[in-house]
Amino acid sequence: MSDTASNGQTPLVEMIDMHKRFGGVHAVEGVTIDLYPGEVLGILGHNGAGKTVLTKILSGAHRADEGEIKINGKKVDLHNPRDAQNLGIETIYQTLALADNLDAPANLFLGREIMTGFGTMDDDAMENESRKVIQRLNPNFKNIKDPMRTMSGGQRQSVAIARAVYFNAKILIMDEPTAALGPQETAMVSELIEQLKKEGIGIILISHDLHDVFDLSDRVSVMKNGKLVGTRYTRDVTKDDVLGMIILGKLPGETTPEDGKALH
Amino acid sequence: MTNQSGSERAGAVGQKSESFFNAFFRVTELDLRTTAMLTALIAIWVALYFLTDGLFLSPRNLTNLAVQGAVVGIMATGMVLVIVARHIDLSVGSLVGFTGMFVAWLHVDFFPSILPGILPLDSDLGWILAVIMTLLMGVVIGLWHGFWVAYRGVPAFVVTLGGLLGFRAMAWVVSDGRTISPLNDHFELIGGGANGSIGEFWSWIVGIVAVAIIILITARTRKRRRKYGIATKPLVVEIIMIAVYSAVIFGFVMIMNSYMRPRSDIPRGIPVPVLILIATVIIMTFISQRTKFGRYVYAMGGNPEATELAGINVKRTTTGIFVIMGVLASVAGIVTAARLQSAGNLMGFMQELFVIAAAVIGGTALAGGVGTIFGAILGAAVVFSIINGMVLMQTTSAQQQIALGLVLIFAVWFDVAYTKRKR
Ligand SMILES: Nc1ncnc2c1ncn2[C@@H]1O[C@H](COP(=O)(O)OP(=O)(O)OP(=O)(O)O)[C@@H](O)[C@H]1O
Ligand SMILES: [Mg+2]
Repeated sequence: MSDTASNGQTPLVEMIDMHKRFGGVHAVEGVTIDLYPGEVLGILGHNGAGKTVLTKILSGAHRADEGEIKINGKKVDLHNPRDAQNLGIETIYQTLALADNLDAPANLFLGREIMTGFGTMDDDAMENESRKVIQRLNPNFKNIKDPMRTMSGGQRQSVAIARAVYFNAKILIMDEPTAALGPQETAMVSELIEQLKKEGIGIILISHDLHDVFDLSDRVSVMKNGKLVGTRYTRDVTKDDVLGMIILGKLPGETTPEDGKALH
Repeated sequence: MTNQSGSERAGAVGQKSESFFNAFFRVTELDLRTTAMLTALIAIWVALYFLTDGLFLSPRNLTNLAVQGAVVGIMATGMVLVIVARHIDLSVGSLVGFTGMFVAWLHVDFFPSILPGILPLDSDLGWILAVIMTLLMGVVIGLWHGFWVAYRGVPAFVVTLGGLLGFRAMAWVVSDGRTISPLNDHFELIGGGANGSIGEFWSWIVGIVAVAIIILITARTRKRRRKYGIATKPLVVEIIMIAVYSAVIFGFVMIMNSYMRPRSDIPRGIPVPVLILIATVIIMTFISQRTKFGRYVYAMGGNPEATELAGINVKRTTTGIFVIMGVLASVAGIVTAARLQSAGNLMGFMQELFVIAAAVIGGTALAGGVGTIFGAILGAAVVFSIINGMVLMQTTSAQQQIALGLVLIFAVWFDVAYTKRKR
């Protein structure tokens, strides 16, 4: 790739030549991306382009068939989500990954419960912490002790975001984080992203909505049919250029006049 | 109390005016489902009281009822976790047969034949060792089930159906089809026969300790909630609730103490199997509500994929569930053999159905994710009240089973209708 954000800096994340097959489906095919501290990398592409599968490899949810992952320049082996969490990688999954029968604090702390001195769960402490972090994201969200099943799409998404933010991620993967949110909450998430950036956190932001990503990302990577089309600095390209990458799978400059017509 | 049961608190916080019922549920933190179950149970008891001319509620009958139900109750607490995690265990009846036979064979046949000098039938060490080894056998059986379900992906229905057939046969193999008896006299006390109760004094001690624990937990909860500024119940309500619980507990002790030993006026007190049931309920409630393991079981039932993505070892948790179920089935097998004072081939026969029925009638959803230990005990109480009451009414066992079948359908229908309305 011609574009890197390097100024001699080590990337926070490098995923090199990743491959993942599901039976006959080559979901991810030779994709290489990197991510720097304090950077937002947008990943764009059609439905089924392989965005989720690629990032789930980094979350430890999928094992890659081939490829190498480096965190801070060191090769790592991610066997399961716990490994990724331990390296400071937090994920907001597209499906939100919430247990509908549990309440918000139980979901927020699932797998990382606050314990009392007796080795039992401290539900009150978890409720208290949850209120604080959820309050910040979504001030209107009060009924956090109800089971998730009774909550709105936006509330569910708030819990998923709160969970990823709470544990001091160094690397944050956001797979369609605002799909169910209203304009006000979406603005809140944008603000959150800006703030996390300032703290030096690297963020991978997935969306198939171009406009969402364009305003927040420093760079965009475009995927099509499991392959990487290319990565560009957002400031160097126009929305139309990126649209061309998404739809045609070609880099700006490679397009022919006919291609241009097809776009409009 | 956590909201793990998935049962919502009917009263939402912050409502200006609320109905009496909403206020009742919010203040007591009881959910509608449990309250309905309790009401149904009381209604059944009142009906049976009149239908049997008062016989049903006599101390003697209530004691028998508790002892009969104990074995199924003990296993129902484990079945709740199994079903909550979206599995099923069809083998528990056969496990009672196998482990009951195993514990008897060990201390009656095996130990006395290999170590006649050290572990004869009448030695206490022999039966104690047999009990320990049988509990360990429960662990091994649970690991076996867990291995196939969690690590080999065979549905629990199939694995435990294999167990249903296999363990019944293994019970037969252990004893060559014989009925093993007599058993050690002290071992038989576990079954709660004529002398298998803890007596008046210790029954009161159990009751007093139980009340003390409730007061302690209430106080601690209040203190903790205060610390975080989480709303606590009004003190009056807490005191009334403690008074109600105490009345129930002391009432229970008094009933158990008004059934006398044969040809005497010495109170029997709480039968040992009932004591084991109480201990099981406390431990299992603690596991399901206060430990990480319990939380993960419910999370798996709600969304297995999400549980795995949260970094939880789902396979190990699944295995843990079957190990607990295996141990509880062993406890049930030990109690059954001790109660029958012999180990025969029909121990636990078809009991899996009663255990599953108790859990389901008690509000455990077969779709997973929802169910409480306390509910399952209420379910077991319903099942055995109906059987016991109908026996007193001199019905046939066929009629009893028809009635139970109808109750099961009715209970699940209630659950379906209730869940729909809540959405
Ligand atoms: N667990 C799986 N098993 C089999 N195939 C899968 C699995 N997960 C994804 N795939 C396939 O891999 C391909 C890429 O899917 P992926 O979910 O990464 O797409 P995406 O870019 O995230 O799309 P969307 O924008 O719709 O979320 C698709 O063809 C999908 O069918
Ligand atoms: Mg996706």
